[in-house]
Amino acid sequence: MTTKSILSVAALATGLWLSSCSSQLDIKPVTNVSAGQALSNADDLNALLVGGYDALGSVNLYGGNLQRDAELLGDNGEVDWTGTFVAPQQMFTKRLLVNNDQADVTWTDAYRAINICNTVLANLNLAAAADKARIEGEAKFIRGSLYFELVRVYARTWGDGDANANPGVPIVLKPTETLTAADNVPRSTVAAVYTQAIQDLTDAEAKLPTVDDRFGFFATKGAAAAQLSRVYLQKSDYPNAASAANRVIAANVYSLVPTEQVFDLRINISGLNTDETIFAIQNTDQDANNSLNTFYGASEYGGRGDIEMTDKHLALYEAGDNRGDLFYQDEIGAVRTAKFVNQYGNVQVLRLAEMYLTRAEANFRAGTSVGAAPLADVNLIRARAGLAPLTAAQLTAAAILKERRLELAFEGTLIHDLKRTRQNVGSLAYNSTRLIYPIPLREVNTNPALIQNAGY
Amino acid sequence: MRGFLLLLLVFGAALLSHPSLAQARRVTGTVTMSEDGTPLPGVSVIAKGTTRGTQTDATGKYTLEIPANINTLVFSFVGVATQEVSVGSRSVVDVAMSNDTRSLNEVVVTGYGAQSKRNITGNIASLNARDVENVPVPSVEQAIQGKVAGVQVTSLNGKVGQGLQIRVRGSSSLTASSQPLYVIDGIPVTSSDQSSTTAPTNPIADLNSNDIESFEVLKDASAGAIYGARAANGVVLITTKKGKAGKTMFEASAQVGSSTPTHLRQWLNTNQYVELFTEARNNSAALGIPVYSTTSLTNRFTRYAAGDAAGWQAPNPKYDTDWQKEAFQAAPSQQFDLSARGGDAKTRFFISGQYFDQNGIIIKNRFRRMSGRINIDHTATDRLTLGANLNLAHTINDRVSNDNAFSTPMQIVALPPMTPIIDPRTNQLSGNYTLYYNPLLNRDFAALQARVYRVFGSTYAQYQILSGLSFRTEFGADILSQQEEEYYGRETARNTGAPNGLGANSFRQVVNYTTNNYFNFGRTFAEKHDVDATLGMSYQESRSNFNSATGQQFPSNAYKQLASAARITAGTGTETAYSFLSYFGRINYRFNNKYILGLSGRVDGSSRFGANNKYGFFPAASVGWIISDENFMKSAPVLSLLKLRASYGLTGNAEIGNFNSQALYTAGAGYAGVPGQAPIQVPNPDLTWEKTLQTDIGLDFGVLNGRISGSVDYYQKNTSSLLLSVNVPGSTGYRTQLRNVGKMENKGVEFVLTTENVTGAFKWTTSLNLAYNTNKVTDMGGTTITGSFLNRAQEGQPLGVFFGPEYAGVDVQNGDALYYKNTMNADGSRDRTTTNDYNSAEYVALGTPTPKVIGGLTNTFNYAGFDLNVLLQGQYGNYIYNGGGKFQSANGDFFDNQSIDQLNRWRKAGDITNVPQARLLGGNGTGESSRYLQKGDFTRLRSVTLGYTLPKALLSRLKMNRVRVYVSGLNLLTFTNYTGWDPEVNSDAYSANPVNLGIDFYSAPQPKTLVGGLQIGF
Repeated sequence: MTTKSILSVAALATGLWLSSCSSQLDIKPVTNVSAGQALSNADDLNALLVGGYDALGSVNLYGGNLQRDAELLGDNGEVDWTGTFVAPQQMFTKRLLVNNDQADVTWTDAYRAINICNTVLANLNLAAAADKARIEGEAKFIRGSLYFELVRVYARTWGDGDANANPGVPIVLKPTETLTAADNVPRSTVAAVYTQAIQDLTDAEAKLPTVDDRFGFFATKGAAAAQLSRVYLQKSDYPNAASAANRVIAANVYSLVPTEQVFDLRINISGLNTDETIFAIQNTDQDANNSLNTFYGASEYGGRGDIEMTDKHLALYEAGDNRGDLFYQDEIGAVRTAKFVNQYGNVQVLRLAEMYLTRAEANFRAGTSVGAAPLADVNLIRARAGLAPLTAAQLTAAAILKERRLELAFEGTLIHDLKRTRQNVGSLAYNSTRLIYPIPLREVNTNPALIQNAGY
Repeated sequence: MRGFLLLLLVFGAALLSHPSLAQARRVTGTVTMSEDGTPLPGVSVIAKGTTRGTQTDATGKYTLEIPANINTLVFSFVGVATQEVSVGSRSVVDVAMSNDTRSLNEVVVTGYGAQSKRNITGNIASLNARDVENVPVPSVEQAIQGKVAGVQVTSLNGKVGQGLQIRVRGSSSLTASSQPLYVIDGIPVTSSDQSSTTAPTNPIADLNSNDIESFEVLKDASAGAIYGARAANGVVLITTKKGKAGKTMFEASAQVGSSTPTHLRQWLNTNQYVELFTEARNNSAALGIPVYSTTSLTNRFTRYAAGDAAGWQAPNPKYDTDWQKEAFQAAPSQQFDLSARGGDAKTRFFISGQYFDQNGIIIKNRFRRMSGRINIDHTATDRLTLGANLNLAHTINDRVSNDNAFSTPMQIVALPPMTPIIDPRTNQLSGNYTLYYNPLLNRDFAALQARVYRVFGSTYAQYQILSGLSFRTEFGADILSQQEEEYYGRETARNTGAPNGLGANSFRQVVNYTTNNYFNFGRTFAEKHDVDATLGMSYQESRSNFNSATGQQFPSNAYKQLASAARITAGTGTETAYSFLSYFGRINYRFNNKYILGLSGRVDGSSRFGANNKYGFFPAASVGWIISDENFMKSAPVLSLLKLRASYGLTGNAEIGNFNSQALYTAGAGYAGVPGQAPIQVPNPDLTWEKTLQTDIGLDFGVLNGRISGSVDYYQKNTSSLLLSVNVPGSTGYRTQLRNVGKMENKGVEFVLTTENVTGAFKWTTSLNLAYNTNKVTDMGGTTITGSFLNRAQEGQPLGVFFGPEYAGVDVQNGDALYYKNTMNADGSRDRTTTNDYNSAEYVALGTPTPKVIGGLTNTFNYAGFDLNVLLQGQYGNYIYNGGGKFQSANGDFFDNQSIDQLNRWRKAGDITNVPQARLLGGNGTGESSRYLQKGDFTRLRSVTLGYTLPKALLSRLKMNRVRVYVSGLNLLTFTNYTGWDPEVNSDAYSANPVNLGIDFYSAPQPKTLVGGLQIGF
């Protein structure tokens, strides 16, 4: 072999080595993208905010499981749980195990949404000037709503002991960009979490537009005020509750629709908001999250048919109450609510009827008539249901609560209404530890700063 | 990096500058097969210590000029033992080659080269074609089950064509893959799951096992370090058959057979079911547990009995369905192979084709493969050899849903026995009224088929630069194209939620290419110093694209293509990629052929590694001492071989995901048609490969001229920088972050023994392999990983340890399920009093899912043309958790049909039983606990093959080389105390998480297969 050919082979081999330089190790992700590429201008920020709604609509949050579990945990014989999922069965039997996986994912999904909102709020400088207030308001609406939901399910209810001493949930207001020991955040008090929720929602109400004239379904002033009315009502702060509910009604943006139009009775079709909708999770046949359909809906409507209504519930409706018609018997003979027959239907989170009932109850208990007299508000809802008006003598707190129960049945207010009105669930007192979620086992194991709830 | 390159060049230059050859002399001779004396063409003949060599011609003859200072010729040929022959003063050297694989001089593929087994200092298990051919399983790894010490092969369940779990010397990862790297003919191939469902598939099943010439498993660091960052889980080197010069040999074979389940379980009949659930309701009502009324219960029975009360009422209910039987089908299988092998001194070829068709024992489950291969080698000049391998395969996998789906066949056992298969009201399959979705609807109205088109192709050129120095360049591609087509008719609406049918079609393409360029050097200096060296580089890039579309609203089941869907409801397209740039080297030095030193190493850079850790270096060193060649041992001639080996080195596991080091956003966060995005990953720029430091000390021995031979190895694998999906506080917005924090160790002993018990006309050979391994997670950075049921990764415990409340049986007085409190006492002992409150029972370690001992025992008998091969395989010391237990064996907690043992429930004060009082919706003992944990030890008659080869005299009259008929059985007998379906299990619904081990969840039992076959060579 000649020196020349040796050299050429050596050159070839060396060339093969050198041609594969380090740049070939620089492969960029294209399906998910790096944070730097993702968030650098106003459009990016808008998309991130939309991601916050997507997170809020998770099946574990307002996509339906929060509402489902509030109903199962508060139920006393009005429904039967016939499904196999262990976590909701434990809610139904009020025997939550410390590793209840719904308690686990509700927690992490809520904080995931909160982190998105925190990231939006930390990057408001990217927003176009005209959008800045709205974006801030929307992020705070989502964050405030979730802190409220978290403190309701993971902590002792307001007024059960000292809210300034009872542990609530951790409050995190900055985006997580790296992980450090400082991320082991302890539980703030129940009162502190309520304060945060009220502050976020109050800011949101101030900054949000009256109507969402871009898409028609993002958060508005009314949504923030409606959520605030819930927060105040849960605290039994009746003047503020009445005032917040009144602001929603008085804005004249929303109007009651006939009973059969409140819920989407169509099937297998992308969801709709109605004139009564204040805030709803939007579903489409491509992005379906209506978890209430999953559990309440019959299999012929795409559900699992895990929750059936019993005669005890059906007996609550007076003759002629057209809300009593919102039931159907499925192919296996089970009685189910018609509120969730559309598997792609929107999940109604806040709607106008609740505002009338909240204003009525708050006014009634406070002895005020902010916006309208309690009797007028209750009778407005009764009239829509096709029922005769109550007389002044018939108007009691119990009557208002019953109206509320029938109007909002299966919509996720049950356990919270029972707790704030100090009613038993079966034989369990309103403040039984069995009616409070465990702090997820995963979280307690991970974050040493967290204190577990009593009973777990 | 530059410094390393420079080093390579200097080293290369040193090799090139060797002085010219000395004077030469001529040697001629003939090479024959020792077994039958036939001439052997294509044998490589090399003057030892040089690269001067030739090949035998078609008549087995050769002529070679050898340098005067060289006195040894090396004869080698794939598949037969390499021989070194001293020339002395002879000018004619005739050699008889032997197929005897016990020989120490057997060549073993080592990665970027091959070495004589004698000179190997690492631990490499080697199997040949006969070990893997014609086993009636789709994939080669299943064929080696029980045959390699320290390699555990587990089928996840009894579905055919599914993913497998392979562990070499235990698991050495918690989060990343623990599967070995697969290299076929020098090219790393795609071997990870490519399924679009959670149930994994096995891309290695695209390879025809009958194309395999040798199958090597690199187990220790010195063997594996040449594969650096990807060798920590072991490396599987598969070499396919090459052509042989000589008359073209054809081989045809056919095999037919069928399979049945290894084991069935017993379930309640209608009378027992009604009795248990009536009692369960009454008990709950009496205890104040919210439960159905009696009327509501009997209505429910009637509902399940197709609306007919007579369907369930004692004493002679109209319906009594054995649902379990319906989950299975008749499962025929067939396999046809044809191959040709031949060539001349210049060009050799191997061509093969196969059709493989195996029906699963589970309804709608079938695996088919069509495979064609051509391997060609061409000797262009006496310096240049070229070659190419090309394999085209098409597999069709009719799949069923994963174990945790109502539609999976095995979940059919949950249906109450009073439900008839056919609803008499409609004369159709029982549909919407059944307790759960009826999986038989999927049998009749749904299909899920994965079709894979696979190309394994590689080319190489090898050039002899100088005596003893060659350069080889290889380019290989592995292209995997997979189409998965699903259709669910309107009858399955209850399961799919799609009232008028649902169809989905997905396409995945994984293009994986590799180039290897390396120098091999081999020379003997001064007759005493032997040096073999390898130095080179490799670049690999793999890109994977996936897209899919889903549609609903089909006019009828006659239309199944997406074009017929009135609504397209989902679609996706994704891409991911990774690359590796690597430099590797190995040097093996032998002094006096007795003392061996091996050094090897690899520098791996990868796109996967974090910015702060782009390159890693993986070195290994080993030594060997052939004691039996020492003079002082010559006095012990009974000892034909005694070799001591030791190795120590570092390997890595780079299966850490492609982009896990970066801060990532996903755009999968759109909302109601408005685009959205969200952060999904916090960055970790330090993210790096997992590191395994492994020590191996081994002894190879042969006694009585090799009639007894074997080896013993002790190893310790210390893995650090374990990648953990560390739980982070949920309040950060994230659940986990991948970090290199953990440490784990595997320690074990492997023992291999082969004995020729009887030789002569009647031959009996026994081959035993046993491996003992203990695994312990030593550091988890303070965190714990929880799996799906009780599995955990926890410090101080073996990987996947079952950790949970310890079941204490039943309260004799009231039938409550009891748990040991197990709270820690002040003195460190545990409180062994019991409680009926599940939440107050401490979580404790309950057992390990990984066997401590695995092994196989093969006995082979030959007599007068008959051959009998019996393989027993087993594993011991592991536990299995029945995740379905809380449904199947829950003392009537819900309406699922119950396993027959639930009839032993507690009924009255004083009853002593392990089954708590039946309580409908009572949750009495149904929490995850050791109640559903059992020992998983088993010994299995893995295979028995009886063959008969026609005598030569008859064959020559028939003008044939070989005719063999055989019958073979797989999994014929299983000895176990496990009461589930089968102790070889790890449910495909959960196996994606490496912490989830030893889970049974409605997992189908393994098939028991009987086949008969015919092999003809002509």
